[in-house]
Amino acid sequence: MMSKTLKDLAPGEKARIKAVSGNGSVRRRIIEMGLVPGVELTMERYAPLGDPVEVSNPGFFLSLRKEEADTIVLEENAEEEQ
Amino acid sequence: MDEKRIVIALAGNPNSGKTTIFNNLTGARQHVGNYPGVTVEKKEGWLKHRGFEIEVIDLPGTYGLSAYSPDEVVARNVIVNDKPDLVVNIADASNLERSLYLNTQLKELEVPIVLVLNMADVAEKNGITINYELMSQLLGMTVVRAVGTKNEGTVTILDAVVNTFAGEDKPSERMLRYRPEIEEEINSLLELPFAGRQSGSPSSEAAAAAGNLDGILNYPLRWTIIKLLERDRELTKKLENNSEGKVLLKQIEQSRQRITDKTGDDPEMALVEDRYAFIRGVCREASQITVISKQSLTEKIDNVLLNRALGIPLFLGMMWLLFQLTFTLGTPPMEWIEAGFTALGGWLNEVMAEGLLRSLLVDGIIAGVGGVIVFLPNILLLFLGIAFLESTGYMARAAFVMDKVMHQAGLHGKSFVPMLIGFGCTVPALMASRTLENPRDRLVTMLVTPLMSCGARLPVYTLLIGAFFAPQIAGNILFSLYIIGIVLAIIMARVFRTWLLPGESEPFVMELPIYRLPTLKSVLIHMWERAWLYLKKAGTIILALSIVMWGLFTFPTVDKEGYEFESAVEQVENSYAGRMGKVIEPVLRPLGFDWKTGVALVAGLGAKEIVVSTLGTLYSIEDEEGLAEEEEPVVKSFAQRAREQSGYSPLVAYVLMLFTLIYVPCLAVVAVMKRETNGWKWPLFTVGYTIVLAWVVCFLVYRGGLLLGIG
Repeated sequence: MMSKTLKDLAPGEKARIKAVSGNGSVRRRIIEMGLVPGVELTMERYAPLGDPVEVSNPGFFLSLRKEEADTIVLEENAEEEQ
Repeated sequence: MDEKRIVIALAGNPNSGKTTIFNNLTGARQHVGNYPGVTVEKKEGWLKHRGFEIEVIDLPGTYGLSAYSPDEVVARNVIVNDKPDLVVNIADASNLERSLYLNTQLKELEVPIVLVLNMADVAEKNGITINYELMSQLLGMTVVRAVGTKNEGTVTILDAVVNTFAGEDKPSERMLRYRPEIEEEINSLLELPFAGRQSGSPSSEAAAAAGNLDGILNYPLRWTIIKLLERDRELTKKLENNSEGKVLLKQIEQSRQRITDKTGDDPEMALVEDRYAFIRGVCREASQITVISKQSLTEKIDNVLLNRALGIPLFLGMMWLLFQLTFTLGTPPMEWIEAGFTALGGWLNEVMAEGLLRSLLVDGIIAGVGGVIVFLPNILLLFLGIAFLESTGYMARAAFVMDKVMHQAGLHGKSFVPMLIGFGCTVPALMASRTLENPRDRLVTMLVTPLMSCGARLPVYTLLIGAFFAPQIAGNILFSLYIIGIVLAIIMARVFRTWLLPGESEPFVMELPIYRLPTLKSVLIHMWERAWLYLKKAGTIILALSIVMWGLFTFPTVDKEGYEFESAVEQVENSYAGRMGKVIEPVLRPLGFDWKTGVALVAGLGAKEIVVSTLGTLYSIEDEEGLAEEEEPVVKSFAQRAREQSGYSPLVAYVLMLFTLIYVPCLAVVAVMKRETNGWKWPLFTVGYTIVLAWVVCFLVYRGGLLLGIG
């Protein structure tokens, strides 16, 4: 089964980061901005054309393209937590 | 005297309000240049405080100090090579955890730091209370409060700088400790004898590495090892070219493997996680969230501005306003400037005797200076608008809204603004590309922006369309030119992205900063900076090139026998430019152009609108007073005469418009591109590719048209 990623989150949903796959500069930028395992993210919205997406973590808002959001693997029990 | 001088480097995340603090500290005493070899901008400023002369170097805004972006490389190289006395790190107090990440990186560079928690008012409004005293102790450096937009804390920052410099405040040398598995590896690598250290049990290989890594590893040792464990691109590359370095890299790889085996995490992630764990610890102790924050103003604004239905219309409306501000408001002053220079030229024509000197002054220098200054109103107004959009935080939203479309063309969401401005004038458009942080995105944007049909090309279209096409289809013909420009820009962007500047896809991980009102001072300084850079750097080149163009059309002034030419036509025909037109005629023949068209195209290098007036002269289309008369009859007579005397078919006229659209925008663009890319390579490339592209497209259209029996 494919694991759930940030891309699969609907606007308004929250989930914790489990891992960040991918490599190179994209991954580096993502983790250096604080998107490391254990951090809870809220999907704020999709852009009017559906891509990129905006997520938030208390204190800041971040936009990433869906292909990048897809590298952020989430913990599965997101819905219950809410 | 010398000991009273302090050099500080200003570091901070993008959107941390660093520029505002820089302006508060230095006021107007600043200088903008480029870091050598890269297009990263270097700003410096000076001030005096408590008898100290303080020099401030503004580092590029970064989130970390990895080598993934030129900004980050520049920032860390300045700290290591220029050795500032201390670093002032500007952090966003309302977003502490993320802001402190850069601080941990700076600390590892072993440089004294003063940490400024900026935007403290926003943090306080969000219910965050910070214990500055405690945070200073925990981080081992002076931590001060500031609100840049209200100019609060400026003196406190300077006091902290002087105190830290004078040794009254002693920063602690204690470094952030990682998890034991990592510290173990760092320590065993530190034991290696490089940097001249003797160690207990060096392997012979590693001992050999010692001496020869001097100058390669001039960063602090612990930092270097940590960066190598993170597979830092720049450091690794340096070591790969060195046999001793390769030995060290092998050891690093073994350490990395052991870390992965023991922690189950890859070293990059483990190191970043540990830094964040440390930061979270500090924040938990030294700050408190006392109020549960409700929906912030930023969220409320974004619910409207980024709304799925309203987002795009609002964005387009914003762009429309920007365009109107730049060009509608900018046109009257442009006309005054033009009128002023024309009057000046006219006056000189009257008071001076006819001759080369007068011609040089009027047609060369005055026309050249006028050609430089005429863009100023546009540039000032455009950057007024851009500075406002950027510092309020809307620019990031614009990129968010447009990214999908632009990304499909191989560009970035932020490429939209320069390309839109390109419809007005390519010169400010290229300068607007500065909002793109990624150098590759920025370069591709600059390379294709000239294909957006600018305002100076419009008179060429209007006159030719008026002369060769029926009024019923005139609108469609004009529209087709604009569309062809856009389509070519998209195609070329993809081509450049794929073949010219390939590489891993660039991340669109972009912060959407909270909205705030910029200070008038910041906006004005930004606007003035751009205008001044344009005048100083691009202006001089434009002026020089204008004089060269004047020379090409003026010399030789007499024919071989030494007689003056009988008419203006004969003079132009025999000028260097005229000869160039004849030389390139064989190349232009397949497009249906003759040498006169060639000369007009050469003239168009100076400015596109000159294409038409040159054609006019060469075909004797206008009579002496020609264009000075009222518009209507001139256009009509031009149209009639153009049809009768040029021998163009409508197809050739269309191809000429296409060529005008595509080939080299104008010398001002070449000059600005030279300034913006910090070298001649890319402007010359643009000249080359646009000419080739113009030829190919025109050839296809002309031959295709002939085959279809049009023309």
